[in-house]
Order: sequence, then structure tokens, then C-alpha cells
Amino acid sequence: MRVPLQWLREYVDPALDTPAIADRLTMTGTKVEAIHQHGVSALENFVVGRVLEAEQHPNADRLSVCIVDIGDHDPSQIVCGAPNVAAGQTVAVAKPGAVMPDGTKLGKAKLRGIESNGMILAEDEVAIGTEHAGIMVLEPDGLVPGTPLETVLPIATDVLELEITSNRPDCLGVYGVARETHAATGAPLKPPPWSEDPGSSGDPAGITITVEDSELCPRFTARVFEDAKIGPSPPWLKARLMAAGQRPISNVVDITNYVMLLTGQPMHAFDLDRVAGAQLTVRRARDGEQIETLDGQRRTLDHDIVLIEDGDGPTSIAGVMGGARSEVGGDTTRVLMEAANWNGANIHRTSLKLGLRSEASGRFEKQLQPEQAMEGQIVATRLMLELTGARLAPGTVDVGGEGPPAKTIRLRDARIESLLGAAIARPRCVEILTALEFDTADAPDGLDVTVPPFRRGDVTREADLVEEVARMDGLEKLPATLPSRHGAHGQLTPRQKLRRRAADLLAAQGLHEVVGWSFTSPDLNDRLRLGPEHPLRQTETLTNPLSTEQSLLRTTLLGSLLDIAQRNRSRGLATVRCFEAGAVYLPDPAAHLPREPHYVGAILTGAARPPSWRDGAARPVDFFAIKGVLAGLLDTLRVPWTLVHASEPFLHPGRCARILADGEPAGWVGEIHPLVAANWDMDGAVAAFELDLDVVPVPTTPLYREVSSFPDVREDLAVVVPEHVSADELIDAVQGAGRPLLAGVEVFDVYRDPEKLGEGNKSLALRLTYCATDRTLTDEEVAQRREAIAAALQNVLGGRIRAS
Amino acid sequence: MTDRIDQIRAEAEHAIAAASDTQTLEDVRIRYLGRKAELPNLLRTVAELPPDERAATGKAANQARKALEQAIEARTEQLAAHELDARLERDRVDITLPGDPSAQLGRLHLITQTQREIEDVFIGMGFDVAEGPEVETVYYNFESLNFDETHPSRLMTDTFYVQPTPDIFDWQARLLRVHTSPVQVRAMEQHPPPLYIVIPGRVYRPDNDATHSPQFSQMEGLAVDTDITLGDLQGTLLTFARAIFGGEREVRMRPHFFPFTEPSVEVDVSCFNCKQGFMPDGSRCPVCKGEGWIEILGAGMVDPNVFEYVREHGYDPEEIQGFAFGMGIERIAMLRHDVPDLRMFYDNDVRLLEQFN
Repeated sequence: MRVPLQWLREYVDPALDTPAIADRLTMTGTKVEAIHQHGVSALENFVVGRVLEAEQHPNADRLSVCIVDIGDHDPSQIVCGAPNVAAGQTVAVAKPGAVMPDGTKLGKAKLRGIESNGMILAEDEVAIGTEHAGIMVLEPDGLVPGTPLETVLPIATDVLELEITSNRPDCLGVYGVARETHAATGAPLKPPPWSEDPGSSGDPAGITITVEDSELCPRFTARVFEDAKIGPSPPWLKARLMAAGQRPISNVVDITNYVMLLTGQPMHAFDLDRVAGAQLTVRRARDGEQIETLDGQRRTLDHDIVLIEDGDGPTSIAGVMGGARSEVGGDTTRVLMEAANWNGANIHRTSLKLGLRSEASGRFEKQLQPEQAMEGQIVATRLMLELTGARLAPGTVDVGGEGPPAKTIRLRDARIESLLGAAIARPRCVEILTALEFDTADAPDGLDVTVPPFRRGDVTREADLVEEVARMDGLEKLPATLPSRHGAHGQLTPRQKLRRRAADLLAAQGLHEVVGWSFTSPDLNDRLRLGPEHPLRQTETLTNPLSTEQSLLRTTLLGSLLDIAQRNRSRGLATVRCFEAGAVYLPDPAAHLPREPHYVGAILTGAARPPSWRDGAARPVDFFAIKGVLAGLLDTLRVPWTLVHASEPFLHPGRCARILADGEPAGWVGEIHPLVAANWDMDGAVAAFELDLDVVPVPTTPLYREVSSFPDVREDLAVVVPEHVSADELIDAVQGAGRPLLAGVEVFDVYRDPEKLGEGNKSLALRLTYCATDRTLTDEEVAQRREAIAAALQNVLGGRIRAS
Repeated sequence: MTDRIDQIRAEAEHAIAAASDTQTLEDVRIRYLGRKAELPNLLRTVAELPPDERAATGKAANQARKALEQAIEARTEQLAAHELDARLERDRVDITLPGDPSAQLGRLHLITQTQREIEDVFIGMGFDVAEGPEVETVYYNFESLNFDETHPSRLMTDTFYVQPTPDIFDWQARLLRVHTSPVQVRAMEQHPPPLYIVIPGRVYRPDNDATHSPQFSQMEGLAVDTDITLGDLQGTLLTFARAIFGGEREVRMRPHFFPFTEPSVEVDVSCFNCKQGFMPDGSRCPVCKGEGWIEILGAGMVDPNVFEYVREHGYDPEEIQGFAFGMGIERIAMLRHDVPDLRMFYDNDVRLLEQFN
């Protein structure tokens, strides 16, 4: 909200400059987000002038050459384009050097060959109105040329831009901010502008007001004004509206806006002659009922929407928007001024349902208090009488009256200290609460505090009162202590540690962690070649995504990994090694919310090893490159794991596998199918895995295992087996037969040669390690195991030992 | 005979001295001390000499052999040392060529690094780390956090909802959490007080510009005990601010409003880039915009209404009290590392990721 300082100071005028006031407001809870300078600057260049001569410009029909006394020794020659300029006028002049509201600096100029030393001002040029057709002609009133213009017209003010939190609708008006300023600075607060009511009570003659639903319309007030003259508002009022960010329109409309900005209460002015039957009814709409609003739209209502109707039917949607039919116009003379209070939640829902927001609905939905309606009505009455020449018809419509009785809350001294960690003395509390217009009475253990109507919605509990005294006493006075932490200890859970460890292990293997979008695009499934029944197609969908590309929640990390790989490749990186750890969102038919397992996914493309000037080109990544990364992860986490044959539509059919972690399916690993890689503009192998880390068991505490002090025996064995025998099968067979002395088997070469090995065979070279913890092995012992291994190869796998 | 021995010895000594490499020297050794050489043969034939010559000849020959052996050994050492020097000299490399790449090193994302660092600060202060779902219900995201029905955050303009198209006032309506705060209530449902937790995680809001991303990360904190005070909040956040932004930092609390805390505060940390808002050259500090303070988080004392939702789990607001706070992890990282645009975190340009190590 914008609060012009010049307006605020009318009600509270601390001996502080604008930044100091802003600081006090900020530190007491009304955050000043910016201080604007509204209007002009270099004020010494704005003066009152008197037009001595005004002649037709020789070279331009619409310009006049004026000689203007601006209080200097010599009068100034000023070229003016306004049609209404004339000799003898008292005018507002900007001299060269003046800085206009848009920041431009006025200089001397030549207009169509004639020198001009400044400008005779129209009101829009100094941002105190919107009139541009003519210059401002001031009342002479003994004004001396050269008088500083700022003493005559409000041409400059600081404006505070405030963040009003949603609990403080009372601060949505200048007077509300004045109250806060009073409490924050101690400067005296002038009585509110509604303290004197020129009106009278009792039902006014000639109009009928009916409120059918007092729950949704707690208060409805109205007054009737006769013989109003519609016209422009006076400069001071226009200037305040402009500084507050509101365009002046005409006096009656300006009054409704001014009252709203001052009191917080939205007002509505009806042309009473256009209110059919001189009657208004506030009622719930019927389902399907239609209305045309001020913006020219037809809108369909329902039973939860409140409308106001006259004898001819609905005229406005209550609290949201009026209708065109009874709008105040240039020929209006009889005005019905309405100030009502509405149920905030209902206005909120109405505005949501209709997609219709207005300044009024934005205020009403924060729940204004019924008392504000009459406050607004009183201020409007005074201005109507003062500015439109209207007569107030006797009486006031007031349906519903004031709000519920004030609540009294006990504020315990002890509670203040226990919540804040420091005491605030009772007299100080009284001082603060009184400044905030709370009533206080001493109680045995503290104060009984009565809440003023305008804080009724916000202050309902003791904690709210603690906040009031704390914020005004100064939070900076509180100590900085640490909790005494009864029984608290801090540590990560084993699974949290596992997650950290997994990320560290992948980074240690040269993969950069990335953070992808949890959102994904509906076309991802097709780009991954997922069949219509593929489970990954079961997604959660956003109702209101920012874009279609971000309308689903991901069920795999692969999409964002491919996106990120592609983006980095397109930026010239040949090798990309990335991983991501995070949730995927899997709809769960048995539960209201989806499952969100913690996945970790990795992607490799480009060279398998970093390049060196000493070697040739590095091998490109492939299945074994990604399997190596996976092994580095799972082995270090000490998870028993294996790969089994499986297929996924997005993976190379011959180079993919399912990961079993401790026997449980835990993800997949493989080369990305070339057609899928092509969908991300990537040629060459792309390898990836995705692992459900929640399936991976938390590592147990490792236990000591004896290391043999006797030497190992190592030997290499070349084994010929049929093609279909996998390395795992071979190793299993070898390990089984080599027990108990065989401690390790590693494949270190694979060799194929139909001539030497026979068609359909391959040779795997194995490195075997034998050891015992209690003795040095003899050749005989090792030879026995070797024979057992040879026998197993022969019998189980149809293989043989080629050489040793 | 001894003359011959002297002669051999003199010749050999000359040859040893003249040998210029270890191979030549080896040839010399073979020539004078090898199996077929004259001196060893001479020694072997000493027994055949007349008895009176035996002693003198034997002694002279032995001395000559020992002297030659020593000379060869000494010369070998000398030559070997030279040869090693020469070889090492030949092995000289251009030390400015790149080293062999060790296993490539990756990095954790800056969000993760920052998240861990913050977690670790709070773990050190006795907090555990808690987590919760990102797809949430209106109940946990708004209702149980005391959000008024009219609170603007509930609108579709401020919250992503999840299909089927919800009635956004239905407590069971599903949404993407807009903050990590729902985990406060979930954690209190799970654990009786005392409770000290931080809650990291992804959160979502429909915004997209240099300082807003539809997806970002928060770190929530919650401490509930019999005697937690607003002063404790200030001390805890001061410890945090000093750990993350430097030991000289101060924090200040400004009153504010959040539905789920009362009193509520916004917390500023004193600017780490300037003195009271101004740079040494007198210009306004670009980090704090001349304020001297940087807003880093929202916080407050847990609102009694929130405790009412978990009263049956041991949270009677007359018996216990607590503080809560919430901060944006990216914002902390942006401040610390001078990152100008939040969207950089989600672009994942490896050239940028590599910078933060």
C-alpha cells in the first residue's frame, strides 16, 4: 500500500525524517518496502508566476508567447501551448533546472524559433491531477510571484510503500498506519477523521433497504444526499489520490476512493434516481442467476454469492463489483452512499469463482470490521457536504450495527517472559497497549486487556498480545540464547547417511550432481518409447501447471538426466557424466498420496576416461562403463547385488539389466536405446542407471575379519566355455569348486578364436587367489582345488581349462 | 716374477683409470682378473714355484689382485654414478605438460552442498533431520498450519494442485507443498516433545523469474520443548548465521506475520559484503542495497493453534512451546556465492557446477 507522507503527517507528525519513520515502522512490523518521491524535485525551481502578456506565437497557431513575472528582477519569456493561458492569470511555473515527476530536467528551449525559459504548468505535469488540456489557473489570493509553489500546491511528497500483512486489514488505510506510527514513535495521534458526525440516526425517508442474510452481510449503512453537483475534486484531494496511486475522476467517485484510502472501508455511490423503486435488497443469488457487471461482462451466479438488487433486479455483486445501471454520472444529483461490511471468506470465494477481483474485494476478503462501515460513512458525509454542495437527507440506514462486544484477554506477566525469554515490565505493557488503543486493567498475575474493534480479527489470544508488546518494546532487546535442549541429540538417520554416502560415491567417480525438475512433460513417455501399458506412464498430473511441458510429476529421473546431458552436449561438452538423487512420484492406488521413493540416477556419454596427451583416444562409454560406476556405488555401500536379464523399451535390448539389491528389484542399468538417444539429439553410446535407494539396505556395522599373515597363492587360469555361459555362472562354478581355499576370482580377459577354441566357444582368463589364515598353502593343496575346479567346469558348464 | 706382477698391476691400473664406462671396465676386469687372465693364473701356479719365491710372489700377486679389485670397485662406483646422472639427465621432462588425469572428480550440486552445510550446523546444535512428502494435502500444507481460508497462498495462482481437479478448500485436496512446514505437523504427530528437527526439501510455487523458480528448496526448523523462547530462536539463528556467513555476523528480528507462528518475525543478517550498507569507496553495497541487512528467513514462536492440531500427541500449548523457522536454500547459496539468477541452479550447466567445489 502507498501512503503519502504528507497525508500521514496530517494525523501523526513525528519529529523524524522519512527514512527514520520508515525504520520505526519496519522494526515494529509494518515493513516499508520502498520510499518513493512522488511529484517533482528541485523544488526551488517551482514558483508562483503572474502572466503579464500572452501573445500569439508568430510561427505556431497553438502556442502563445508569454511574459511571466516569477518574482525575479526581469520577467521571463515562456512559450505555452495551453489554450486557456491569458494575461493577468496567476499560474504555476517551472523554471529551467526543475525536475519533473518522470525525472526529466527542464532546460531552456527554443520552440519554433522563440526562446522559452521554463514552463507554465498543467496539473498532470506535476502529478497532482490528470487534467492536461489547460494550465492551472490559481486563485490570486494575494499570491506574490516568486512564492515557492510547494507552499501553494502539494507538488512533492515522499510516499511509503508498505507491506501490510494479511492479519492487519486495519492498516489498509492512512489512519490505520497513523495509529501504528503513533505507537511506534510516540508522536501524538490526532483524533480520527470520523470523530465528528454531521449526520443523524433514524431511518431516512424515501428509501427501503432489506438485508436478507445478516451472516454474509453483518452491516449495511447508507445515507442519502440531495442536490449534489458532480464536478472535479479540489487540487488537494486530487493530489492525495495521485500520490496514493489512484486516478481522480469526479468529486463523488473521488470521495469514495479517498475515504477507502483513509479509513480502509470501500464505499459505493449509487445514483439514487437510477435505483429502481428506491429500494435495495441484499440477498443470496439464485443458482444460475445472471448479472452484467461494470466491466460489461455477463456473469452467472450461485446461491453462495451475495448480490444487491433494486426494484428492477440485481445491480451489483456485493463487495466485489457494482453494476452499470445505477452508476454515478455527470448528471447525478441524488446520491445514495453505501458502506457495508461483508463476510471476508464469502467475498474471497465469490471473487475466486467469478475470476473477478477488485480493490474492494481485495479488502473485504481480509475481513474488515463492521465499525469501519460507519467510520467510512461519516468521513464520506463530511466530504460530500464540503465538496459537492450536497445536502444530507436526515437519517442513516444502519442494518446490523456494530460488531460483537470487545473481548478481554488476560496477559500474564509470566507468559510474556516465558515466550520471549525476557520480561517486559507491566507499566511498559500498559503504555504500549494503550498507544495501540487497547484498554488495560490490572489483574493479579498481569493485565486484563480489551481489544479495540479494529483489531478484533487479529488479536484473540494471549500469544497475540505478547506479540503486540514485544514488537513495540523492541525485539532487538531480546537476548540471544540457545535452547537448553532437554534430551536432544542431533544426528542423521542411517538411511540419511546412506543417501549422503551414495551421492559422495558417485561424485567421487567423476559424476556431477544435477538437480532436475520434478515436473515432466507428457511427451516424455513417447520419447522414451514406453508402451501404452508401461507402468511409468502412471503419473500424477498437475491441475494448474505453468506449462504443458511441466504438467506431470516424474516417475523416472531419466528424462531430466537426458535433458541435462543434451543441454550440456549442445554447449560443446563431448563428455557428460551426471547423476541426480531425489524423489519420483508413483501413484499408489491404495493410498491418497503417491509413493515418493528416493531414487538415484546416473548418465554417462562421451569418453569413458578423461583424455590424456600420453594415450590415444579414450574408449567411449558403454554398458561396462556404467556398470563400473554402479559397482563402485553398491560395493562401497556393501550391498549384495547382481544383475539379471531384463528389458526396458528405452534401453539397448542386448545391453541392459535389472539391478537386484539384496535380492530385491532395485532399478535398471544399460545403454540407452539409440532411437531414444536420438530423441535427445545424442549419437554415440549413452549409458545410464536408475536405482531405488530406498530398496538398498542400510549397511550394518562392519565386523573385524582376520587378514592372513601367510602368503596368498595366485594363479591365472584360461577357461574355455560355450558362448552361452555367463561370467557370473563361470565364477559361481569356480568359486563353488575352489572352496574353502579359493579367496578370490577375477575375470581379466575375454578371448574368442573359432580356430583355436572351436566355434561357439570363448575363453575367459581368470585370476585366482588362494589363501588360508593358518598356514602357508602347499602346491598339492592348490593343485587339488585346481582339479576340483576343472572338474566342475567340465561337468557343470561343459568347459575346460585351456592353460595355466 | 714380482716385476711381472708389478707390470701387470701398472697396466691394469692404467686400463682401469682409462675405462670410460662400466662396460669397458668390465672388459678390463675380465682381462686382468678373469678366469683366463695372467694374474689369477699366476696365483694358481704359485705352488709350483721354488719354495723361496713362493711367499714373496704369492704375497705380491695377492696384493696386486686385491688392489685391482678395489680399484675396479671404486671406478665402477664412480662410473655408475656418472652414468646414472647422465641417464637421469636424459629422462628430463617438460614439467609443464599436464599430469595424468586421476579418476575424474565430480561435485555435489551447490544446493546439496549448501543443504548439507546448513544441516550440519543444526545437527551440531542438537537437531535431527526430518523429511516428508512433496505431494501433500491441503490439511498439512495449510489447514493445520493455521492458514485462514482466505489466505492468498491457497489460490491456484500461488499453489500447484494435483488432479483430479480439486476443491481447493477440501482438506484432502492434493497439492505440491509450497513450503517444508507441513512436515512440522507430520513430525509432531510422530514424535512427542521434546522435538528438535530441521526439514530440508523441495517445494513448489507457480513463479518463474530471476529470484523465483517453480521448484526450489527450503530448510525448515522446529524446536519444541517446555521452555523454548523467542530469545532461543534469536540465539539459534545467530549461531546459524555466523556458521554460514561468517563469525562477525549479527542477526536482527523484525516483527512480521505468518499464520503458523505468533509472534512472527522476519530475520535479517548483517551484510557480509559491506559496512553498514556502504562499500569502502562510499558506494551503496550491491548485496544489501545499502540497507546493511539482508533478509534471510521467516520465523516465530509456534502458534498455539498449530499445537491444537497435535494436542493429542503430547502438544498441549499450555505445557510446551517452540519456535519454527524456514529459509530458502538457494537464497542462502545465492548470497554466499554471488549467484545472480535462481534459474542457474536448475540449468545444470556443468561449467557452472564445476565452479562450486
